[in-house]
Amino acid sequence: MMKEIRWHGRGGQGAKTVSELVALALMHHGYFVQAFPEYGPERSGAPLQAYTRSSDEPIRLHCGVTDPDLVVVLDDSLLHEIRVTEGLKPEGFILVNTKKTKEALRLQLGFDGTLYCINADKIAVETGLLYSNVVMAGALGGILGNPPLEDLKRAAEEFLSIKLSPKIVEINLKAIEAGFRESQHMEELA
Amino acid sequence: MKTKPTEAERIEMLRRAKLLTGAEGAAHAMRQINPDVFPVYPITPQTPIIQTFSKFVADGEASTEIINVESEHSAMSAAIGAATAGGRTMTATASQGLALMIENIYIAASMRLPIVLAIGNRALSGPINIHCDHSDSMLARDSGVIQFFVENAQEAYDFMIMSVPLAENHDVLLPVLVGQDGFTITHTAEPILLEEDEDVQNFVGEYEIPYPLLNLQKPTTQGPFDMPDYYFEHKRQQQAAMDAVPDAFDTVANHYAALTGRRYDAIEEYRLEDAERAIVVMGSSAGTMKEVVDDLREQGEAVGLLKVRMFRPFPTKKVREALGHVQKVAVLDRAMSFGSKGPLYMEVAEALFGAGPSMQNYVFGLGGRDLFPADIRQVFENLKNPEEMREMQYIGIRE
Amino acid sequence: MNELKKYHEIPIGGTVITKDVVQPKTGGWRMGEKPMVNLDKCVNCLICWLDCPDTAVLAEGTDFFGFEYDYCKGCALCAEVCPTDAIVMVPDDQEVPEYGRMLNGGPHEN
Repeated sequence: MMKEIRWHGRGGQGAKTVSELVALALMHHGYFVQAFPEYGPERSGAPLQAYTRSSDEPIRLHCGVTDPDLVVVLDDSLLHEIRVTEGLKPEGFILVNTKKTKEALRLQLGFDGTLYCINADKIAVETGLLYSNVVMAGALGGILGNPPLEDLKRAAEEFLSIKLSPKIVEINLKAIEAGFRESQHMEELA
Repeated sequence: MKTKPTEAERIEMLRRAKLLTGAEGAAHAMRQINPDVFPVYPITPQTPIIQTFSKFVADGEASTEIINVESEHSAMSAAIGAATAGGRTMTATASQGLALMIENIYIAASMRLPIVLAIGNRALSGPINIHCDHSDSMLARDSGVIQFFVENAQEAYDFMIMSVPLAENHDVLLPVLVGQDGFTITHTAEPILLEEDEDVQNFVGEYEIPYPLLNLQKPTTQGPFDMPDYYFEHKRQQQAAMDAVPDAFDTVANHYAALTGRRYDAIEEYRLEDAERAIVVMGSSAGTMKEVVDDLREQGEAVGLLKVRMFRPFPTKKVREALGHVQKVAVLDRAMSFGSKGPLYMEVAEALFGAGPSMQNYVFGLGGRDLFPADIRQVFENLKNPEEMREMQYIGIRE
Repeated sequence: MNELKKYHEIPIGGTVITKDVVQPKTGGWRMGEKPMVNLDKCVNCLICWLDCPDTAVLAEGTDFFGFEYDYCKGCALCAEVCPTDAIVMVPDDQEVPEYGRMLNGGPHEN
């Protein structure tokens, strides 16, 4: 079964990074994967999408994702300008990084499917990070039960170590764990 | 046909895999080949290739001399100088960069220099566009270079490696362009299998050309002037070199298969044996099409796909053998030759001249326009209808 | 006239291999005058050797030697740049010693 995730973020928030990080974790967990960003004349702060595909068969599709199974929104200010639920499968769900309540968000989105809210910015700051993208990866893993936390952490260590110092990587691992833990409470809210 | 792997098979297949983009795959191939000289100028969507490779060189993982030049014209000029002198030389470019290189690509080909180029295929200006189509590579169509178009990151890696001994085969000695679709392959991360550094080193072997300019024991003049009494003979030699490519490629592909288990041919036939309708295409869209072919086959439709990997020299005979029995063929071009049909169509039409199939030409994907499974289903559907067979058609255009 | 070779009989890529080269003797194009040298005035500065557009000035080690008339086109640059006026231009049909070498007003035997 193919699963397609669409990540919404702004240039600089790490949507592309997290799309690859989750793909790597899924690959470690034994899934064929694909991760790619959607490029425009992008710059810092401009809305952008990235995608993660996973499947139990080799992935041969090389077209864009039109009807994702899941949508993850890294920044709720995007909800004003982008229809983030576009094409989202009815049985799918959306996970939003927001301070708002679920009820307020549902009203804003006009979406009656499954909705998860997490204040990932707060969790990121508490862990010592400026970016909440990895918190969202942890939360996604927690909701889906896949990729498991250990694969997410292994992928993050491998992937982030290319550019970041061991100390910062360590903080990222904590943030993933925090996101994962938070998602376990979210289930009750859903 | 795709067979669904078991979980154990999946885990085994992915155990050795790395999650890399096509650009990173090409850069890893370069690191393992470790060429002597790499003159280069950055351009989207090629940039991640040279960015990744530069990092390898900076980290001491390759000992290549990277020359940062002021333009692609200079990159190719420097590559010609380095290859003539006797060094294994590679470079990378895309779109306008390839356009700027073109006059020197003709020179590299005519001087018979085995330079391997990684291309991140991108539309040509104007309007300015950074996304994928095959117009840039088509500029080099008549230049005398060997041209490949790959489907995915794995092929991008594999063809960079195979291109080195192919280019350097003494019956061939021609530049090679390995085109991977810009963004769709260059920037998409997929699991790919890398071979051991040492195995790749052994596979490509030592660089050896007949007349290195710096061999003072055998002084030569390179790149001289030809009068009408010899120019034509030298051009005829270039055709002879192209004629030697199919056999040379077979040998390289066999050796590569022995090393990796991955055997590549100039074309890939997908469920064509008993197909009544078929699509011909190059590049990443072939993958999407395989999914559609599988779906339609499940519904009992006799459809198939021919993916062309080697565009120059064009595998005319193989294409004729693969498609001769098919009734209707749609050729999907990702470039235009304004005022005529698409470049791939013209090749396939020539290959099938006098043979059975009736043919239809489609243009798709210019400037990064996506090609979805529904579009491909529509092409197969159109092939059923004789009314649709008459004119050139454009997929996804607003009209 | 050389026999023209077939396409598979010549080196690829237009490469010219030294042994294959038939040196075209361009001295036949010379019009009017040719250089001659008074070796007693020559200071071996080799400015003429450096400036000759046809590599027709011969040197032996770091010493001036003489002129290769097979390639000299008679442009007189050597005579122009010679700082000691050792090189003079003479009519092309005038008999001169081999390589145009003169010493003390007479032919210099090599």
